[in-house]
Amino acid sequence: MATALTLKELSKKEDLLTHGHRMCSGCGAPTVVKMVLLATEFPVIAANATGCLEVSTCISEYTAWKIPWIHTAFENAAATLSGVETMYRSLKKQGKIDKEVKFIAFGGDGGTYDIGFQSLSGAMERGHDMTYVCYDNGAYMNTGIQRSSATPLGADTTTCPAGSVIPGKLRARKNLTKIMAAHNIPYAAQASPSHWMDLMKKVQKAHSYEGPKFLNIIAPCNRGWRSKTNDSIALSRLAVSTCYWPLYEIENGVTKITSTPKEKVPVAEFMKPQGRFKHVFEPGNEWLLTRIQEEVDAEWEKLKHAEKCGC
Amino acid sequence: MAKVVAVTGNEACANALRQVNPDVCGIYPITPQTDMMQRFASFIADGKVDTEPILVESEHSSMSACIGASAAGGRVVTATSSQGLALMWEMLHIASGDRLPIIMPLVNRALSAPLNIHGDHSDGMGARDTGWIQLWSENAQEAYDNTIQAFRIGEHMDIRLPVMICLDGFIISHSIERMEYLEDDEVKNFVGEFKNMYPLLDLDKPKSYGPLILTDLYHEYKRAQHEVMLKVKDVVLGVAKDFEKLSGRKYGLFESYRLEDADIALVIVNSAAGTSKDVIDEFRSKGIKAGLLKPRLFRPFPYDEVAEALKNTKAVCVMDRADSFGGYGPLFMEISSALYQLKERPLMINKIYGLGGRDYLPSHAELVLNELNEIAQNGKIRTIKEYIGVRE
Repeated sequence: MATALTLKELSKKEDLLTHGHRMCSGCGAPTVVKMVLLATEFPVIAANATGCLEVSTCISEYTAWKIPWIHTAFENAAATLSGVETMYRSLKKQGKIDKEVKFIAFGGDGGTYDIGFQSLSGAMERGHDMTYVCYDNGAYMNTGIQRSSATPLGADTTTCPAGSVIPGKLRARKNLTKIMAAHNIPYAAQASPSHWMDLMKKVQKAHSYEGPKFLNIIAPCNRGWRSKTNDSIALSRLAVSTCYWPLYEIENGVTKITSTPKEKVPVAEFMKPQGRFKHVFEPGNEWLLTRIQEEVDAEWEKLKHAEKCGC
Repeated sequence: MAKVVAVTGNEACANALRQVNPDVCGIYPITPQTDMMQRFASFIADGKVDTEPILVESEHSSMSACIGASAAGGRVVTATSSQGLALMWEMLHIASGDRLPIIMPLVNRALSAPLNIHGDHSDGMGARDTGWIQLWSENAQEAYDNTIQAFRIGEHMDIRLPVMICLDGFIISHSIERMEYLEDDEVKNFVGEFKNMYPLLDLDKPKSYGPLILTDLYHEYKRAQHEVMLKVKDVVLGVAKDFEKLSGRKYGLFESYRLEDADIALVIVNSAAGTSKDVIDEFRSKGIKAGLLKPRLFRPFPYDEVAEALKNTKAVCVMDRADSFGGYGPLFMEISSALYQLKERPLMINKIYGLGGRDYLPSHAELVLNELNEIAQNGKIRTIKEYIGVRE
C-alpha cells in the first residue's frame, strides 16, 4: 500500500537524497528528486544522466544517495537503467532475487530531450519496467546555460543570446511529453514541484503500472533563468497558472488535465521575474511576447481538445 | 570428451557464450558480427540459455545497458564490429573505469570512410587505450578458446575488467573450419559461478557507481587501473594452464613459432599468422632461419616477454593490419617499444597489409621474408614503413 500523501505521513519518511549535496541554493532539481523518492514505496534503484544533479550529488568519496545509484554518461541514463532492470529480471527469473524493486532514471532536459533522446525512445519501446523522470530547467545549465530543445521561445541563453539582431531563441519547445506518450507507454505526465500533491500522485500512479513510464517535471534554475533563489516554487506555480507548463497526464492513451488554473494568467507574469526574458519586454520586441502568448494558448487549446475528445 | 565440428568463427563464439550461459546480453546487428548474436538469440528463443537479451537501438546503448547490467550484478556479454565499436568508444572507457567484467567478442572489421565491411584491425587497435583486456585469435578454435578463458580472466577477483576477444571478420567469422568443442559441463565448471562485487542489486548496502572525481583523486584512480592491468599477465597464464589441462590446447601471452634459433622473424596477429607459418616452413626448408611471433594478449602488452623472445633475431618485420596514419602501425609501435629496452636490438621494419579485407597471400610473406633476409645480411633498411599488396 502506498503511503497516504499527507504532510504528517510524509514527514515520517526518510529523505533518500541527503542534505549536504552541492546543488545550488534555490535549485528545483533536488526538490523534484526528493518528492519523487518520497512518493516511492518500494526499494528503488536510480540511474542519473550526466548533469547538474549528477555532478553535485556524488563527488569523490561522498555520495548523497541513500539508494543504489548509477551514473555512466550523458546520453544514456535510460539505456543504463534498462541494463540494471534486465539483470534484475534475469536474476528474478532464475530465482536469485525475490524482492519487488522499482527503477527510476533522472535526467535534465539536455540529457533527455536532446542527446539522450534515442536512448530514451529505445528503452520506452523495449518496455522496460522503469520510470524516467526528466527535470526540465529549459537549457544545458551544467555547462553554463546553453540552448536545448526544451528552451522556451524567446529565452536568452549563451548559445542563442539575445543580441541586437536576434532576440534569443526563435523556436518553440519540443513537446517531449506527447512524444513519449506516442510510444504507447501506459503513463506519461507533466508535473511541477509547486503542486507537490499532484506530483506525488503521478509518481505513485507511474509505479502502479508495469512497463515504461515518463514524468516531465519543471525544475527552475535560478542561474539560467536569472531569477531569485527563493522564487523557485513561486515560478513553477506561475508556470502552471499561465499554462506555460500545464499539469496533465496521458494514462493508457487518455489525456487528463490534472489542474486547471482558476484564472489563466498571462504568460508575461511567468516571464517578468526571469532575466532570460528581459529583452522580450524591451520596445521593438512586442511581437515576440505576442508570439510566445500565442504559442502557449495554442498548446493549451490543443491539450483541452485532447482531453475533451478522450485522446 | 571433445567434440570435433566444422563451424564458422561466429558459430564457435556463439556456442562458447551458450555454454557459459550469461545472465544478460546486449544484441545489435553489425556485419560481420551479426550472425554471432543472432545465433545466440536462437539459443534464447529455444530455451537453451537463461540469458535475458536487451535488443537495443544502437551499440552505444548496448554497451550502456551492459554496464548497467554488470553493475547490477551478474554475467554480461555482447559482441560487435567496426562502427559499432566506434560508437561504443565512450562507454568502453566507462566499463573498464567502473571495473566491470563484461565479455565481448569483436569481429574485426575496417572503419569508414570509405565504407568497407571486410576484416582488418582498425577497430580493435583503435580501442587499445580503452582499458579493456584484449585477446587476439588466429582461427575459430582460438576465438572459441579465448572466449571461454576471457570469463575467468575478466571475472578474476584481483582483476575485474572487461575483455575483448578479437577475431578476423569474414576470414574467421564466416569461414568453416575444423575445431573441437568442449562439453557443456566442462565449460560450465571451468568458468564457474559468477561472483559479485558491489552489485547495485544488493539493496541493503546501497552503492553509488560513477562519481565525479576531479583533481583530488582522478590521477590515483587511473594509476589503480594501470596497476590492475599489471596483474593480468599472471592471471592469463594461470587460466591458460587450467585450460590446457581441460582441452590439451596450450596458450601463452603470445605464440612463438620456430623462433628459438631464428635470424629473421615476422610479428603478425590473427588469421594472417596462419598463412605466414606455411611460408616460414618453406624458408626453413631452404635453410633460412625464419620464425614468427603471434601476439595473443595485446592489452596489457607483455613487453619483457616479447623482448626476450625476439632478442636473438637479426631482423624483425612487424605486420600491421591497421594504420596510425602519419605514424607507424600500432603493433609496430608496441614491438619497437619492447625491443628498445634491449642492449642489442634486431633491425625492424613495418609493413601495412590487408586493409579492408585485401587478401594476404603467401607471396606477400615471401616478399617480406626475403627483404628481412637481406637486411639481416647487409644490415641496411630501405624503408621502415611500407604498404604491401597495394594496387599502384
